[in-house]
Amino acid sequence: MKLRTSHYLIISFLAAFTYFYSKDGLVATSVLYTAIQFALPLALAAMVGVMCERTGVVNIGIEGTMLISAFTAFFAGAILKNTVQGMLVGVFTGAMMGLLLALMAVNWKMDQIIAGVIINILAAGITSFYYRQNYSIPSTLDPIDLPVIGAWPILGPVLSFHGPITYFGIFFILGLWFALYKTSWGLRSRAVGEHPSSADTAGVSVSRLRYLNVTAAGAVGGLAGSYLALEAVGIFERGFTAGKGFTALAIMIFGRWNPLGALAAALFFGLTQAVTNQLMIDEVVEIPPQFINMLPYILTIVVLAISAGKVRPPAAEGIPYEKEKS
Amino acid sequence: MKTLLEIEGVSKSFGSVIANEDISLIVREGEILALLGENGAGKSTLVKAVFGLVKPDAGTIKINGIVMESGDTAAAIASGVGMVHQHFQLVPVMSVTENLILGDEPKRFGVVNIKQAKKEALALSEKYGLEVDPDAIIEDLPVGMAQRVEILKALRRDVKLLILDEPTAVLTPQETDELLEVLRNLAKRGVGILFITHKLREVMAVADRIAVLRGGKLMGTTTPKESSESKLAQMMVGREVVLRVEKSVAQPKEVLLSIKNLRVNDDRKLESVRDLSLEVHAGEILGIAGVEGNGQRELVEAICSMRSRLSGEVIVKGQAIPNLNPRAAHLAGVSHIPEDREKHGLVTSYSIADNLVLNRFDQAPFAKGWIRSLEEVSSNGEALVEKFDIRAPNASLSAGSLSGGNKQKVVVARELSQQLDVVVAAQPTRGVDVGSIEFIHNQLIAARDAGAAVLLVSAELDEILSLADRIAVISNGKIVAIFSSKEADRNTIGRLMAGLAS
Repeated sequence: MKLRTSHYLIISFLAAFTYFYSKDGLVATSVLYTAIQFALPLALAAMVGVMCERTGVVNIGIEGTMLISAFTAFFAGAILKNTVQGMLVGVFTGAMMGLLLALMAVNWKMDQIIAGVIINILAAGITSFYYRQNYSIPSTLDPIDLPVIGAWPILGPVLSFHGPITYFGIFFILGLWFALYKTSWGLRSRAVGEHPSSADTAGVSVSRLRYLNVTAAGAVGGLAGSYLALEAVGIFERGFTAGKGFTALAIMIFGRWNPLGALAAALFFGLTQAVTNQLMIDEVVEIPPQFINMLPYILTIVVLAISAGKVRPPAAEGIPYEKEKS
Repeated sequence: MKTLLEIEGVSKSFGSVIANEDISLIVREGEILALLGENGAGKSTLVKAVFGLVKPDAGTIKINGIVMESGDTAAAIASGVGMVHQHFQLVPVMSVTENLILGDEPKRFGVVNIKQAKKEALALSEKYGLEVDPDAIIEDLPVGMAQRVEILKALRRDVKLLILDEPTAVLTPQETDELLEVLRNLAKRGVGILFITHKLREVMAVADRIAVLRGGKLMGTTTPKESSESKLAQMMVGREVVLRVEKSVAQPKEVLLSIKNLRVNDDRKLESVRDLSLEVHAGEILGIAGVEGNGQRELVEAICSMRSRLSGEVIVKGQAIPNLNPRAAHLAGVSHIPEDREKHGLVTSYSIADNLVLNRFDQAPFAKGWIRSLEEVSSNGEALVEKFDIRAPNASLSAGSLSGGNKQKVVVARELSQQLDVVVAAQPTRGVDVGSIEFIHNQLIAARDAGAAVLLVSAELDEILSLADRIAVISNGKIVAIFSSKEADRNTIGRLMAGLAS
């Protein structure tokens, strides 16, 4: 993110927060709490994009990966009567979707956009066809009351009492940033995404790394889907992910393919959504709800319009690697 | 001396194209073996097989007596093979240090120790006298520097056999001399060097032994002492080649092309042609000598009106060419042999005959009103295929099916078979075999003798020196000097190209 853009964002955030806090402290902190909840699945889904695209594979199937993982997570949780096992099933499903994408993109050298569309259609079809009513999971994943931090003023109620996937997700994003820029895995992954033949000639296996990263990214997508079904709401509906997987791509671009940038962008999106929600509940503004529901999408367009041309995607993104091409 | 590399009976084909056929070669410790051959002779394929980037169909490759599993780059690296590729294998957005350590990073628990890596990089560049800034980002470096990084990358892996694939193609004459010096020093340290090139001068200067490839076959090995440039050329091409272009003295007349205070941006929106003025007379070839990326491409595209001019004028026969209107430039009399024939010269899926009328398909006799006259098109095609020696069974084949040299001949045939006023030829012989080069050169001279003003842009200084009647040296978007062909001196021009004052 550009320094100036982020400055504007921080200023507008502080202004909004002060406004709400002066009106009602409890509401203001709860808006921030909700913002984190809205942001997390977007941030995790954006990590799927970051992990794939940094190694040069475009993943447009994040939406489908999340949808089908949410589906399996929910129904496995309901049938096994165990939410944690449901989550593991969801993560596994995501990993399988990643593996499928890797197979299509790396082995078969398919057009990666089409491969992603296949995943989305597959997920939409399967989850609609096998959808059954009258299932429920025993409970959502239990929120964690953070010691010490939970007692802090203002920040305490914002940061504490989130579910386990939220906390894990945030640590995962920080860890991914570190891994991407400080470890040899990260150096090699980025090299593969920028200039795969350099990595190949240096003895780094391009296809092995792409397989690994795309599959692992799928698992992260599975976690994001599980979050929606098991931690955020505890239900599953058809078309449950409602375009979050696509919004995540915009967030990834806005965050410049950097995990921390994408996290910040996701928080910004989450905040907008939380504020809108609050406005609707309070009936502060009289705008038809349809317009308010448009906000994330309008925001996506605006954000992409702002970043277009200024950001530089990984150079080898979307291009299958051919070893014997001279 | 110990034998480092043994290639035994290696064959490789891509589809129906045979790249290597039963090739056997050895390289010893401390020896420089030059692998000489035309484009498409199979040099690159052979060394890629040694490096494990290409799986040969048959034959074995032994390094230090151990048979290498084919297609295993990591194993080749582990046994001491290093390669400097024709297209640099460097990640443009990463630093020199990061590129050096990629694939073999100094680390603790998987975390890269970047400080140690930087120290290593500095120590390495000091040891071999190849100075580089370890923090510089590759895409900011000049080509010669980037190549140093490539060489250091290979040396870092304690290389015993260093392969260089056309390393001098992108270098200035000075940089080339420096590189050859570096190679000699490495050989003294016992490194075996396999050096690919098609430039005879370099081979004679640096090689201990020379192996010549033609059409995928090994034609023989020799030494610089036993051989000569003309003998080598004959081995490469399979017939006698006139290395020196035969031409009469130019008879320059009036100015046909005049460029006044031209300023042009490149793709990155940086000014790359800076206030450049130039005149080309009828009946002369003006050669633009320069290291690639000094504004030549933008200059050519601006003359042909394919690229927007910031300011300045291009005047052909007294008529100013409008900005961004290639058609107008063509109609005003500019013939253009573009640098990238696949992108700007041909529609590869069209037939040869259609490609030969791409710029005049709508004019008589190739069209009557809105209707094309296909018979005229095909008879014109057959005639030009014959006249320009395009090696194709007939003109209705797609242009994409031709070899590089013949594709280029299609472009040359189209551009030089019309009314000739101004000919702009950019890298007209790049990627073209020696036989076709000779032909294209003769066509350019014929165009000159027919009274055209020829502007020749080439990265090959030898080409400029042998063809041009006047030589303009371009550096950093400016013409820094103009010589007549008599005054031209390779060293002076080389220094000017590199941006040094003479």
